[in-house]
Amino acid sequence: MDKNLEPIVKNIQEKFGAALEEFREEAHLFLKPEQIVDALTLLRDESNFELLSALTATDYWPQTAPRFHVIYQLTSLEKNLSLQIRVPVNGDSPKVPTVTGIYASANWRERELLDMFGIEVEGHPDPRRILMPEDHEGHPLRKDYPLGYEEPQFSFNYDEIDLRKPYAKE
Amino acid sequence: MSQIEEVSIEKFKHLVSARALTGETMLLNMGPQHPSTHGVLRLLLELDGEIVVNCIPDIGYLHTGIEKNMEAKTYQKAEVMTDRLDYMNTMGNNLAYVMAVEKLVDLDVPARAQGLRVILTELQRIASHLVWLGTSGLDLAAMSMFLYCFREREQILDIFELVSGQRMMTTYFRPGGVWRDVPVEFEKAVRDFIKIFPKRIDEYESLLTKNPLFIDRMVDIGHLSKEVALQYGVTGPSLRASGVNWDLRKARPYCGYEQYDFNVPTRTEGDTYARYLVRIDELRESLKIVEQALNKLPLGPVRSENRKFVPPPRSEIGVSMEALIHHFKLWTEGFPAPKASVYSAVESPRGELGLMLEGDGGPKPLRVHLRTPSFDNLGVLSQIVKGHLVADLVAILASIDIVLGDIDR
Amino acid sequence: MGVEQKLGNMGVVTTTLETMVNWSRTNAMWPMLFGLACCAIEMMSAQASSYDMSRFGMELMRASPRQSDLMIVAGRVSKKMGPVLRRLYDQMPEPKWVIAMGDCASCGGVFNNYAIYQGVDEVVPVDVYVAGCPPRPEALIHGVLTVHEKVKGEKFKDLAKS
Ligand code: SF4
Repeated sequence: MDKNLEPIVKNIQEKFGAALEEFREEAHLFLKPEQIVDALTLLRDESNFELLSALTATDYWPQTAPRFHVIYQLTSLEKNLSLQIRVPVNGDSPKVPTVTGIYASANWRERELLDMFGIEVEGHPDPRRILMPEDHEGHPLRKDYPLGYEEPQFSFNYDEIDLRKPYAKE
Repeated sequence: MSQIEEVSIEKFKHLVSARALTGETMLLNMGPQHPSTHGVLRLLLELDGEIVVNCIPDIGYLHTGIEKNMEAKTYQKAEVMTDRLDYMNTMGNNLAYVMAVEKLVDLDVPARAQGLRVILTELQRIASHLVWLGTSGLDLAAMSMFLYCFREREQILDIFELVSGQRMMTTYFRPGGVWRDVPVEFEKAVRDFIKIFPKRIDEYESLLTKNPLFIDRMVDIGHLSKEVALQYGVTGPSLRASGVNWDLRKARPYCGYEQYDFNVPTRTEGDTYARYLVRIDELRESLKIVEQALNKLPLGPVRSENRKFVPPPRSEIGVSMEALIHHFKLWTEGFPAPKASVYSAVESPRGELGLMLEGDGGPKPLRVHLRTPSFDNLGVLSQIVKGHLVADLVAILASIDIVLGDIDR
Repeated sequence: MGVEQKLGNMGVVTTTLETMVNWSRTNAMWPMLFGLACCAIEMMSAQASSYDMSRFGMELMRASPRQSDLMIVAGRVSKKMGPVLRRLYDQMPEPKWVIAMGDCASCGGVFNNYAIYQGVDEVVPVDVYVAGCPPRPEALIHGVLTVHEKVKGEKFKDLAKS
């Protein structure tokens, strides 16, 4: 871990009782959903993390408690530091509070969270799907959502697939 | 096939002003098929006459499921997906991906491969900026720009074809190095390009930079302040045009960028013209890096010797049983990566291209997240077009240089 | 004074109406200015300086479907884009032709997943498939010339039937 990052991490650990994981010089802090707004406000205002680089999630299905980790990747331009915050949430009715008030860029990223993982974002100003069509069912990036693989057509099975392929009409 | 949904104002009530509900302002749909949205972007505009009151981008028309599809492939095979992500910056995407894999499994890369990576990504940056310059010229009715820029771009694509056999989807960088060494003609091709390109940049500038029509359309249009840019996560040339000197190549050098001497062009005006000037300057800086990297390019291997991750060359397979086993294992099973996650970012022509890669101990990634710069850069559009004319919207959209494949993934 | 004197020594060409109509259709075939993904960049290259599609009477890309004869589906078609693509196709006036450019438009390409149509022929009827990811501009031009071949072979009596 970068030595400039250490006091910041220590501060968050003391204030919120966060667990710390390190891998290849990267620091990952684990917080609870209800702490995230306070923690990000603190990091932005006092430690110059002005940029929310990424906001996404990982699905650990079939594990259910916690099933998801919601991930906030922060960057400080002034101090040239990076920090990752992870928020574990459970599989049944996953929920995190919105951070759009802190970083405006979270708006679309949280819509993506809703669309792709079905994680509800409480207090989001515009909770619509962002990438998939409005009437789409399911959340594609969940592990229990199928990839949707179709059998490719080769010369040996050409006719068989040709028969059931839904060709468009004029 | 599902039908096109009818847009009802009910759904967008919270996004438009109260005047739209009474019919005082007009809602207009722009896209997804529109020549100046640079792809399949749809904008819902609320207009007061010619003035844009609100702009609501609607994305996802090119959603390809790349993240999910990468999870179903082994680490080597998933790389082809990254090419097709931001198709203006294929080498850069490969670089972001292979760097993430190398970080995850802790693989080192020989110096020659690093040098080649730098040369090719910088050439790609030039090619990407050329497409941007050509198409945004086209949007502002400067047809000749398009023809000139594509002429030079062809030359770069020929170099890519020389090294990888493909013009666009190169997949040339591989975890642990590059696919194979460059052919002997490579150096001459790059030198030729270095020789003619500065004159060509002057040519573009003589057509546009002082052109009064161009200046009228660009200066003081689409002002983006530093604070708003950071709030919305804007990175890359658009951020640098707003006065923030942030370039990952300088701030966190990778691939040996620290050895090269180059400047990071910045401007403080934050308008469309400033973004144009920053990119033009970047063309020159990139060329400088290419030249230095070519002069310094060391000899030696281009792939790591770590056979657990990097397949052996053909010549070894015929004579060594062990090499054959490695080859077989790597291409049938793939290599396992630790159960951990890394985030690695590179500076793409559009900004910070980050890749979050999470392994689960097996040969396939558990999660790949692509932090694509255009996604955030487009997010700020609705803020900076307010109060401008519809015609200016086209100029602003061109100036933030979006690629739809990068946004929708 | 007859028509011969007006024409001077320019001569007269006789042909069938069918050939004439088909010939004029091939030499002023206007494609729709419509790019979806990476292949669209190669389509632009085909239009630009080095390859120059205007040699085949195709320099005029129309942004409106109502003015175009040829739809080049350049890129992958997502589930959200499919209905839009169909509507654009329906808006084009007859006669119209479709080229599926690239592997994605032809068969889904590398993206065999939930988001992409496995071939645009599920959405619109396709006349010519161009393989490649992306196809080189030469390949696209070959595809276009193949469409021209097809048009030249069209018969009026077939048109009347449909
Ligand atoms: S065929 Fe290849 S180049 Fe064309 S759209 Fe598909 S991925 Fe892109």
